[in-house]
Amino acid sequence: MIEIKDIYKSFDDHEVLKGISGKFEAGITNLIIGGSGSGKTTLLKCMVGLHAPTHGTVLYDGRDFTRMNFEQRIDIRKEIGMLFQGSALFDSMTVEENVMFPLNMFTEQKHKEKLDRVNFCLERVNLEGKNKLYPAELSGGMKKRVGIARAIAMNPKYLFCDEPNSGLDPKTSIVIDELIKEITEEYNTTTIVVTHDMNSVMGIGDYIIFLHEGKKYWEGSNKEIAHTDNKELNDFVFASRFMKAAKEKF
Amino acid sequence: MFYNFGRYILLLKSVFRKPEKWKIYWKQIISQMNYIGVGSLGLIAIISTFIGAVMTLQIAFQLVSDFIPKTIIGSVNRDSTILELSPTISAIVLAGKIGSSISSEIGTMRVSEQIDALEIMGINAPGYLILPKIISGVTMVPLLVIFAMFLSITGGYLGGTISGAVTPAEYMQGITTDFNPYTINVALVKAVVFGFLITSVSAYHGFYVKGGALEVAQASTKAVVINCISILAADYVITQLML
Repeated sequence: MIEIKDIYKSFDDHEVLKGISGKFEAGITNLIIGGSGSGKTTLLKCMVGLHAPTHGTVLYDGRDFTRMNFEQRIDIRKEIGMLFQGSALFDSMTVEENVMFPLNMFTEQKHKEKLDRVNFCLERVNLEGKNKLYPAELSGGMKKRVGIARAIAMNPKYLFCDEPNSGLDPKTSIVIDELIKEITEEYNTTTIVVTHDMNSVMGIGDYIIFLHEGKKYWEGSNKEIAHTDNKELNDFVFASRFMKAAKEKF
Repeated sequence: MFYNFGRYILLLKSVFRKPEKWKIYWKQIISQMNYIGVGSLGLIAIISTFIGAVMTLQIAFQLVSDFIPKTIIGSVNRDSTILELSPTISAIVLAGKIGSSISSEIGTMRVSEQIDALEIMGINAPGYLILPKIISGVTMVPLLVIFAMFLSITGGYLGGTISGAVTPAEYMQGITTDFNPYTINVALVKAVVFGFLITSVSAYHGFYVKGGALEVAQASTKAVVINCISILAADYVITQLML
């Protein structure tokens, strides 16, 4: 479980996050949603330590991540897998080398064992046999799947996904969403997905935090989201014509 | 300026943290040595040979006097080449070739979140990305400078004898007369410092890029300019201290 308490983050005089708290349980898909500029990616970066919060605490199963130094954080970082918005695959490495990279860095396994693990992870994301391709030779959806394979290579306890569906067609988006949900349930990971994609919200949002202008405006599940009377959330959820039409119909 | 210098020092502190796994770093070092050293041989060879040849012709042109023996052409060429031209010109050329490449490589990794990915995995990104480049720089730049010295003096021989400005015997006598081996030490100290500056300054500019392709290109240009200035400043300081 990951718990955040009263997170504030400012860049110079601009306050991006204004006292956000929440609990993200293991085994379910936790979503942080909100419009562009609402602070969701900044919150995610504060949680994984890429930004230092101006104020507040991030607890990984009770361990205070925000008060740790670089060396102390390494143990927790080894338990983290992250899928980036742009996949962030290493351009100079093949798919196999990308997925094997954390294993090479942090394990003493023999090459055969590492290769078996890589093949298992690639199989898990339906990319078996693509080991020798370079990122430049992959489609956007394949890159995301390699990103997931790399993220799960070390059997992470915590999985973070930043806009996993950005730039993908609706069908591929659903494949990625389902993959994230399956992995979360199968390995009981604490999964946090940052998204503004309503398909993801309705499809995999077991627990959702809605951010607006740096504040938490609402929390709940995808079953509750359509029936809320929170104005800001309604404006966000029903912004698209499709969602408006769906609401009017039902 | 002080802000950037402070941040540069802090980055270097992170670079020299204990590596996670030397085996992985070693592979990176070999690859960088190949890129910096072997990859620059051709360019350094062409530039050094021509500079040596031109130097001989210019010295011969300026020293037209019956009171000055022609062997002096070889001596002046040798000392200028060893003390100044080979280390400094090679370093400035390498700052353009390697410096811009290092800066844009690391900058692209920054804007495409590859550096964030390394940090989240628990890898010391400055160490993993920059340390192998610095080690390769401080080892390969001196070797390239030695290579440049040899070719520049050879270029002087070819330029002088082909043009008839000096005979082969006079040139050979000139380069072997009153040779002070200490000048080689000065050149190598310069080369090590220049190798460190080229790699670390370029890496610094790439590492802190914010934005996209335009900012990566700007950082790369800035890295080359700052490299050239710092090479010339370091050149002056080392010369002042060692001669």
